[in-house]
Amino acid sequence: MKFAVIVFPGSNCDIDMYHAIKDELGEEVEYVWHDADSLEGFDGILLPGGFSYGDYLRSGAIARFSNVMKEVIKAAEAGKPVLGVCNGFQVLLESGLLPGAMRRNESLKFICRPTALKVQNNNTMFSSEYQEGEVITVPIAHGEGNYYCDEETLQQLKENNQIVFTYENNPNGSLENIAGIINENGNVLGMMPHPERAVDELLGGADGLKLFRSIVKQWREANVITNA
Amino acid sequence: MSSLMLEPSPEQIKKEKIYQEMGLSDEEFAMVEKTLGRTPNYTETGLFSVMWSEHCSYKNSKPVLKKFPTKGEHVLQGPGEGAGIVDIGDEQAVVFKIESHNHPSAIEPYQGAATGVGGIIRDVFSMGARPIALLNSLRFGELDASARVRYLFKEVVAGIAGYGNCIGIPTVGGEIQFDPCYEGNPLVNAMCVGLIDHKDIKKGQAHGVGNTVMYVGAKTGRDGIHGATFASEELTEASDEKRPAVQVGDPFMEKLLIEACLELIQSDALVGIQDMGAAGLTSSSAEMASKAGSGIEMNLDLVPQRETGMTAYEMMLSESQERMLIVVKKGREQEIVDLFSKYDLEAVAIGQVTEDKMLRLVHNGEVVANVPADALAEDAPVYHKPSREPQYFGEFQAMDNDIPAVDDYNETLVNLLKQPTIASKEWVYDQYDYMVRTNTVVAPGSDAAVVRIRGTEKALAMTTDCNSRYVFLDPETGGKIAVAEAARNIVASGGKPLAITDCLNFGNPEKPEVFWQFEKAAEGMSAACSVLNTPVIGGNVSLYNETNGTAVYPTPVVGMMGLVEHLNHITTQDFKAEGDLIYLVGETKDEFGGSELQKMTYGRIFGKAPELNLEKEEKVQKQVLTAIQRGLVASAHDLAEGGLGVALAESLMGSKTLGAKVKVSGNSTSALFSESQSRFLVSVKKEDRQQFESLVDASLIGEVTNNGSLLISSDQEDVINLQVEELRSAWKGAIPCLLK
Repeated sequence: MKFAVIVFPGSNCDIDMYHAIKDELGEEVEYVWHDADSLEGFDGILLPGGFSYGDYLRSGAIARFSNVMKEVIKAAEAGKPVLGVCNGFQVLLESGLLPGAMRRNESLKFICRPTALKVQNNNTMFSSEYQEGEVITVPIAHGEGNYYCDEETLQQLKENNQIVFTYENNPNGSLENIAGIINENGNVLGMMPHPERAVDELLGGADGLKLFRSIVKQWREANVITNA
Repeated sequence: MSSLMLEPSPEQIKKEKIYQEMGLSDEEFAMVEKTLGRTPNYTETGLFSVMWSEHCSYKNSKPVLKKFPTKGEHVLQGPGEGAGIVDIGDEQAVVFKIESHNHPSAIEPYQGAATGVGGIIRDVFSMGARPIALLNSLRFGELDASARVRYLFKEVVAGIAGYGNCIGIPTVGGEIQFDPCYEGNPLVNAMCVGLIDHKDIKKGQAHGVGNTVMYVGAKTGRDGIHGATFASEELTEASDEKRPAVQVGDPFMEKLLIEACLELIQSDALVGIQDMGAAGLTSSSAEMASKAGSGIEMNLDLVPQRETGMTAYEMMLSESQERMLIVVKKGREQEIVDLFSKYDLEAVAIGQVTEDKMLRLVHNGEVVANVPADALAEDAPVYHKPSREPQYFGEFQAMDNDIPAVDDYNETLVNLLKQPTIASKEWVYDQYDYMVRTNTVVAPGSDAAVVRIRGTEKALAMTTDCNSRYVFLDPETGGKIAVAEAARNIVASGGKPLAITDCLNFGNPEKPEVFWQFEKAAEGMSAACSVLNTPVIGGNVSLYNETNGTAVYPTPVVGMMGLVEHLNHITTQDFKAEGDLIYLVGETKDEFGGSELQKMTYGRIFGKAPELNLEKEEKVQKQVLTAIQRGLVASAHDLAEGGLGVALAESLMGSKTLGAKVKVSGNSTSALFSESQSRFLVSVKKEDRQQFESLVDASLIGEVTNNGSLLISSDQEDVINLQVEELRSAWKGAIPCLLK
């Protein structure tokens, strides 16, 4: 499976995402610059964290106009897995691939710490390797991770089982402790916590690895013809 | 309209002594006239005033700095370039430097701290290195003293976080001390660490007559004009008016600049590169020319400008951030323009390297400055300031060691853990992205931060340290302790100390007592660096740290780098498992001068600083490091503020279940809270007992338990019996509570 890590000016978790895929997952991965015209040949699209365009306006608000985003939207429509982490999640919200918006953390401060998450829905291509209800530790590092959406959207998220991860101890004021949501089609996941930072026991834990393994497993089942 | 009309003529500058407002003395102005053979014009006077400021020329500190040992087998680059470089094997090297941004932070704390971070990062990547970690060292007044102190503290932390988080370099460590002497003049020192392959090392030199001088990065505005001069004055009530001398940071711009410059480093079109830091265009051009024995001519009309109508003086003295000056081979300019345009950055040819060793500036078609580059960069006068032992020193030295009276040891330990200097700094580092780039193995909160080197089995241990109370009581001993304690932090983390960078924060050097502190502290540091084999590879001097005539404690901050030879050696301070044996390494004496207990008890510090025997220190460190490298140590912690009692508590903070049962002897107050030097708290698995004891001179004092309590008894009685949870809530809650 071949992944693209989209690099916007100001992305800074691109390298972490790249190494998580290459070194820990053992899959193919390439950086794709924000002005790229095509994402052909990539099986999965990863939007990394960071501060695209400095995030001086509103997180992700400028990145969504990048040339490559047209291709990201196409890939999403084609059913390819698209994962946005932290700033990547914010870009997905701004581009309309996921519903809702981010507000500043309730404390008005940036927060960086390992966080306990509950897997609410393990029936997705991003979470099938987890148990439902499993509590995992994944770090957060953000200033605007306070998820918000209107009543109606929240109702839909719940009915369609689109809330994939929730915080055990809400760190930022997110509505309903939401840490990660998926689109209705089930192929676009946005989450504030950084699974790519939780892939190596040396650095304090590898709970994020199963997320990437879920993607690869799903892709193999759909695309690789086996003799078994 | 020509803005030159507003500038005074050379005659006026001389007659009305306008140069004094820029910071030049009468004698210095006469020297400039002699060098040029004429009276300088306004722009030229500005160039000399900023380059001959203490901040740029080290004119007051040079004679003292010369005493530092700067060479060693691993040192690839000592002081003199943007940052020092140390070999770590496998054709790799580590680049690091610490720098102060004290005065800007006192006036405009968020931007002052943010641009301090931005500046030190540029020093590191201008050497060709990829920045991999940030640290800092901060000093503030007491948090309960005033809303202003709390404002400074919160905003400095937010500024460091704002810049470091956005640019994507992890802030992995640091230290914070609170003391009344820093109330009006906080200290904000930022350190950056970079990694480089030997073949990529670049220098800031303008070689090759005819080669092109290019300006890259952000546009020049009127911000920060005379920042270096401002940094070389005492703070007064009028300092608020200097707010325009504080620059504004743009971490996004710098992120692009890093990526572009690191791509540029790989191009053979590049000849030299230097950050436009203090004194901006002036220092970068004059220093690059001077170091290469060349001259530089620049056409200021071509300098990208953010504002209209800027004069040559303003452009040359601006300290606008996120700018670099580069020299490239003639004819290769377009490649550079294309490379930077990928990152939406400007790269503009503004001049060329010349033969005549002059810095020549053209503006609006006229030569507006023509001065020898060496005169600016190298020929600043050097002053041997008078030095006098202050009266207090003799008085303190004559005092006997005083043991503060303690009624209730439980209460005392809890109160010590609540002292902001000792208390958990989680409130601070929770705001720093300390994990980005996914190499941080030991996060903030342990003795030293540890960052692995991807693709190898090695890691770097790094720390900043200084206990300025000891330095105040006894500058020489305090200087030794600053280096020794930093090395102890590195050793406790499993690293071998390699080298240091220092940030020497002192008061006004024109006061003989302050200069004496400066000299003595440097002597002490030099002695420690020699014995511990950690040369000084660069740093920064920040003098004039005074508010309304009162100096801060002499604060020579040490930033130390250590090499962890194998990931298996990485050690933290947390006790690991029930049944592990607890050892105290080193000797405990009745030493309370400058201690946290003394300050808490009396509200002031006095007496002698703790003694430090460098040979003993070196021996203890070697023993502990050897034991760690042989896998015999489960946890290791340097004993510092608050002594053994605090160190035991800190070793338990990482666990919800573990406790410790310890027995001490002698005077309980000294046993628990003395701050004697050269000591470690170490825990060892039972099966490793014999091997450990045969290697390390240590006393077995207790055992790790699983009952979540800290129990300490002396010869006669229980002195401490506390739940770890109570200790933790005191330690963790103190700073958030003071900020409410």
